[in-house]
Amino acid sequence: MNEPRNLLPYWLTVPGVLVMLAFVALPMVLTLSLSLYPFSSATGVGEGLTIANYADIARDEYFHVIFMRTFGMAALVTVICIAIGVPEAYVLAHLSPRWRAISMVIVLGPLLISVVVRTLGWAVLLGNEGVINKLLLAAGLVTEPVKMMFTFTGVVVALVHVLVPFMVLAVWASLQKLDAATEQAAESLGASLPTVMRRIVFPQVIPGVLSGGLIVFALAASAFATPAIIGGRRLKVVATTIYDEFLGNLNWPLGAALALVLVVIVLCVSMGMNRYIERKYKQVFV
Amino acid sequence: MAFLELQGLDKRYDDLTAVADFSLSVTKGEFVCLLGPSGCGKTTTLQMVAGFTPPTRGHIVLDGRDITNDKPSQRGLGIVFQSYALFPHMTVADNVGFGLEMRSVALTDRRQRVADTLALVHLAPMASRFPRELSGGQRQRVALARALVIQPPVLLLDEPMGALDAKLREEMQIELRALQRRVGITTLMVTHDQAEAMTLADRVVLMNKGRIEQVERPFEMYENPNGRFSSTFLGKANVIEGHTVDGVVAANGHRLPRGEGSAAGEVDYIVRPEKMEFSTTGAFVRGRISARVFLGNHWLFQVDTPLGLLQITQANIGLPQAAEGDEVGLAWSANHARIVPRGSAS
Repeated sequence: MNEPRNLLPYWLTVPGVLVMLAFVALPMVLTLSLSLYPFSSATGVGEGLTIANYADIARDEYFHVIFMRTFGMAALVTVICIAIGVPEAYVLAHLSPRWRAISMVIVLGPLLISVVVRTLGWAVLLGNEGVINKLLLAAGLVTEPVKMMFTFTGVVVALVHVLVPFMVLAVWASLQKLDAATEQAAESLGASLPTVMRRIVFPQVIPGVLSGGLIVFALAASAFATPAIIGGRRLKVVATTIYDEFLGNLNWPLGAALALVLVVIVLCVSMGMNRYIERKYKQVFV
Repeated sequence: MAFLELQGLDKRYDDLTAVADFSLSVTKGEFVCLLGPSGCGKTTTLQMVAGFTPPTRGHIVLDGRDITNDKPSQRGLGIVFQSYALFPHMTVADNVGFGLEMRSVALTDRRQRVADTLALVHLAPMASRFPRELSGGQRQRVALARALVIQPPVLLLDEPMGALDAKLREEMQIELRALQRRVGITTLMVTHDQAEAMTLADRVVLMNKGRIEQVERPFEMYENPNGRFSSTFLGKANVIEGHTVDGVVAANGHRLPRGEGSAAGEVDYIVRPEKMEFSTTGAFVRGRISARVFLGNHWLFQVDTPLGLLQITQANIGLPQAAEGDEVGLAWSANHARIVPRGSAS
């Protein structure tokens, strides 16, 4: 068959493809090649190809702890974002249009402010001389300041604040498709409000929870500013470690290797979760 | 004895009265249809009975107990929603079993009752399917089974046929009627389809603008409409404006035989199209046929007369008796005409 093929659609993808190649694919390839150079602290970046950097990451307990901490943190942030974001989106969806508009601005407001500024705001709140500790001391609830800065908990709290809007938006989009009559039906069959939420609403917004969860997980695992400011030098995550390797130790190949390992793990976890949940709840994915 | 009693229900929103002074007694096992055009308050009334909308005033009494302030989950009524509202993430069996699960019915007992109810609606082989894998009619039957399995005192149906195509709708109407009789459940259904109301209901509650126009058995309501709205919403009707004089009704210089009804003075004179016939002698009014339409089982004639456009239908039992443009006389039996007090045009 010699039908003339319409090539226009393919030509129209060219600008997008070029942008993706220039700004995503090329840097990834460069990072990959960079990660294969040898390095010694005496001579700097050397010549030739080696997988020594990856071997270091695989062997060294130091990196294992950092990776465990990063992904533990990302998983915990995701779970908390689901626990906060789903009810928040549900309440938003049930407000009158005027209050919904106002609440939307409040929910999305944090996204309008630079992540660094927001995080510094948290530092003001969480510090030993910070607002929260002063209030607790003044109220006599504690006798000495509660340590929140430079702790795991502090970073998780700040990350949840930054990332919860993404969860709310994703779940809210899913709620739009939910037939409110299914809630009424469950109620008329004798279900209490918590049961309606758990058995009827939540399973139907799983697609939103999944997409929101993937966004939150990926952003939390690769977050830099928040762990850098709230976590400080000693509570390292992968992103801050990469920064230190590049700018502190000038070990660019190791930094590049760390970056690639981070990307690959985030991708694997995301795709694995995606497949697992889409299979398990295939009735609500259309 | 009234089983379900609605006493003076009002529902007002800021400046809108959705339902006003709605009172109705339903006996046990009765099938009652709330019929009316969209926006007449029929769905609001059903929502008040279901408990999703609190009435502004009035009471709902079920089997001697005032349930006005009970939550929907405490009322235990079976509800079939217009969209069916099946739980998309549960199988048919889980959908039907949900109400029993909420009532903490033991698993073996639950399984048995779900199977029995699915058999009742002829869906036993579909138990492990998901709602998405069913046709519209099957989904409706799942919704019905889910409402019936909890053995509710009252079944509420909100436009249950709305999403079905015409042929399936007729089948489901007959099936629903048979099922309702067999189970003997008191049923309150909302519909805007007059044919559906007549097919299914023991009694029809005709509503307009938030108020009850007429409550009657379908046949009686059709034969004895109490006003212009009833006559034109339930079936077709010729409505002629006139006034009563000396035992006849005068309309635009014509003298029409006084029909059934006690109204006097300014009246609406109502004759159904199928009750009119062509007549050469003794015609009450004459006119010219402006249109003739073939509708399968009957012919519809539109006759331009001094009393306005009148419609006549004749059963299709041979060739039509007249053609477009013919001059014809129209007659009817006096006891087929109804006179009611003059109503507004809408």
